[in-house]
Amino acid sequence: MNTPFNFHLTQFSNEAEILRYEVREFLSDALKDISKETRAETWYGADEEFSKKVGKKGWIGLNWPKEYGGAGRSAMERYVILEEMLTAGAPVGAHWISDRQSGPLIIRYGTEKHQKELLPGILKGESYFCIGMSEPDSGSDLAALRTKAEKKDNIYIVNGTKLWTSGAHRCQYMIACFRTSQEEDRHGGLSQFIVDLSLPGITIRPIIDLAGRHHFNEVIFEDAEVPADMLIGEEGNGWNQVTAELALERSGPERYLSSYILLQELVNEFSIRNDDEGVTEIGRQMAHLTTLRQMSVSVAGMLDEGQNPALEASVVKDLGAVFEQELPNIAHRLMGLEPDANGSDFQRYLAILTQISPSFSLRGGTREILRGIIARGLGLR
Amino acid sequence: MLNETSQLLSDSAEKIFSDHVSKECIVNSEKGVWPKELWNEIVNNGLNLVLVPEALGGVGGSWFDAGILFKAIGRYQAPIPLAENIIAGHLLGLGGIPLPEESIVTILDGDLSISDNKCSGVSKRTPFGSSATHGVAVVVGKNSSQVILLSIPKNSISDDKNLALESRANIDFSDAEIISSSEIDIPSDYILKIGALMRSCQIAGGLEFLLDQSVRYANDRVQFGRPIAKFQAIQQELAVLATHVAASGVAADYASSSMDNGCEDLAIASAKSRVDDAVSICASIAHQVHGAIGFTYEHGLHFSTRRLWSWRAEYGAGSYWAKSLGEKAVASGAEKFWPSITSGKI
Repeated sequence: MNTPFNFHLTQFSNEAEILRYEVREFLSDALKDISKETRAETWYGADEEFSKKVGKKGWIGLNWPKEYGGAGRSAMERYVILEEMLTAGAPVGAHWISDRQSGPLIIRYGTEKHQKELLPGILKGESYFCIGMSEPDSGSDLAALRTKAEKKDNIYIVNGTKLWTSGAHRCQYMIACFRTSQEEDRHGGLSQFIVDLSLPGITIRPIIDLAGRHHFNEVIFEDAEVPADMLIGEEGNGWNQVTAELALERSGPERYLSSYILLQELVNEFSIRNDDEGVTEIGRQMAHLTTLRQMSVSVAGMLDEGQNPALEASVVKDLGAVFEQELPNIAHRLMGLEPDANGSDFQRYLAILTQISPSFSLRGGTREILRGIIARGLGLR
Repeated sequence: MLNETSQLLSDSAEKIFSDHVSKECIVNSEKGVWPKELWNEIVNNGLNLVLVPEALGGVGGSWFDAGILFKAIGRYQAPIPLAENIIAGHLLGLGGIPLPEESIVTILDGDLSISDNKCSGVSKRTPFGSSATHGVAVVVGKNSSQVILLSIPKNSISDDKNLALESRANIDFSDAEIISSSEIDIPSDYILKIGALMRSCQIAGGLEFLLDQSVRYANDRVQFGRPIAKFQAIQQELAVLATHVAASGVAADYASSSMDNGCEDLAIASAKSRVDDAVSICASIAHQVHGAIGFTYEHGLHFSTRRLWSWRAEYGAGSYWAKSLGEKAVASGAEKFWPSITSGKI
């Protein structure tokens, strides 16, 4: 009798704890002039100057092997940097994706040319990547994607549209998944490319979200000519490459810390009032946070050991999204204040997080898809 | 990964429980029959000695090892006070006292006082009090605490039961002979804390059973021409159940290993609060998936759910521990909130 999950506790080394203090010290200075709104957005917020400072510290690509310019440190040490940045409300959005998955993808599947040309910019916090997966008719059903890349001599001619591409307007590159052939198996015939977004034939249009922010984009390819040597990995192996990235994408601290600032603000509010209900609820959320963190850290440990904890990552992301989505509602219930972009600090945080919280269970795999993956892990499908 | 001791204990508990904890065994124990064979196997394999120091003839295991056994007890609904014996062995061990031979020891709790080397007072809702031969109590005095070992006076027991019909006896001690005693240095809420750790782990194990049983049932039960496991509505519900089972397991492991590291306050309070939340969600889903059959005495689902509903209220309900966490958090202030999570110190 056993669960299909493989969570083992993982502890941070002394080196990691020392790094934690260095990060805290760095942030106390680097975040001095960052606004409340930007802090509340955490990894939705982007600040290139900040990303360059982080790169200068050597904290991007921290766990990449030294031969690729990384610091060769552990995934656990990288985790420390991430969680400290998120809880401090650092605007990490510019370099977040390239540090998390584009760089590792290039290291794993890229050619020497890709690695030499692209990794140094990522490490410096200067070159930014977005992920081109979803399309108008391909959301949760990723294998339905239709954007075509047809090979002609030493180029691929790309036609189609990518949708919901976060940050495309401020990135130099997209790691895109295109259809390079029609196969009977719908997971076949997909390939990944590194696309220079300044190429002719590529148009990036903003999609304004419900909070009025420009975060998403529509990226249109009209006979865009992508050099054939920008194919990454094997032609036709895109599905496997993409799914291998998912554990990286789904288990990190950004999957449960998005609303963290509200919990910290509640601690602040209830330290000056006598209210058992509020205090108990804070403690309850603290218990959830503590547990989620141990789960997420455990997945980081498994990744460090070279395992593929895709199932465990789905569990973390699903529980994490429920947690971070619930916090704005809890904050509302306990405080009864109107979310107000021009109100008190608390009201401003609440305004932002209440509005962006629906995305928490959409981005990176919807709740229903994750639960489907978990159900498969349980042997139900 | 489990180390060698942990793996041995785990294998041994799995074997004993799967051989001996049958439905018949649980039903009989609900009627007051002591599961003698099961208990003998446990004692013969030394599972009750996991937290007894080696110098006192015990295993000298870790809290993490104990946690593994607590979880197994919950997973099999083993109707014996093994968890309580393990805790008793630990408490006596702190005072350099070995577990008495051939004993069934429970943990006493209540207003007990010592005078002239005799103990008086009532131990309330003593787990398995009706079958225990001995009890261990920590009597907190003005300047120091004493761990004491008493025998259970059979004629002063007024037995009560929890929802799962496990004995929760009120035991009246009046000038009872103290078999052994020793001064120990522990915080006044120590029993509450390790009791919460014990029940959190048992609950985590009980929840694993709910998941296992619910998945099996959904795969077997056919409606509308197919196993109900094939319906997305059921799959999504069971996935939610599974996430809370996974979280509870991690919360319990974190609590027991933090105890080993001597930094357990955040972890134990979090665990009890977290698993309590999980019980509400998981018991509801497990029963829903089982439909009417799971609501019958005949079907065994309730052997787990009735225990979970009782255990979550013992040694401080989730809300008690949540409140204690919240109070400490607001007292320390927002600046210290995140550092307390990363250090585990609150």
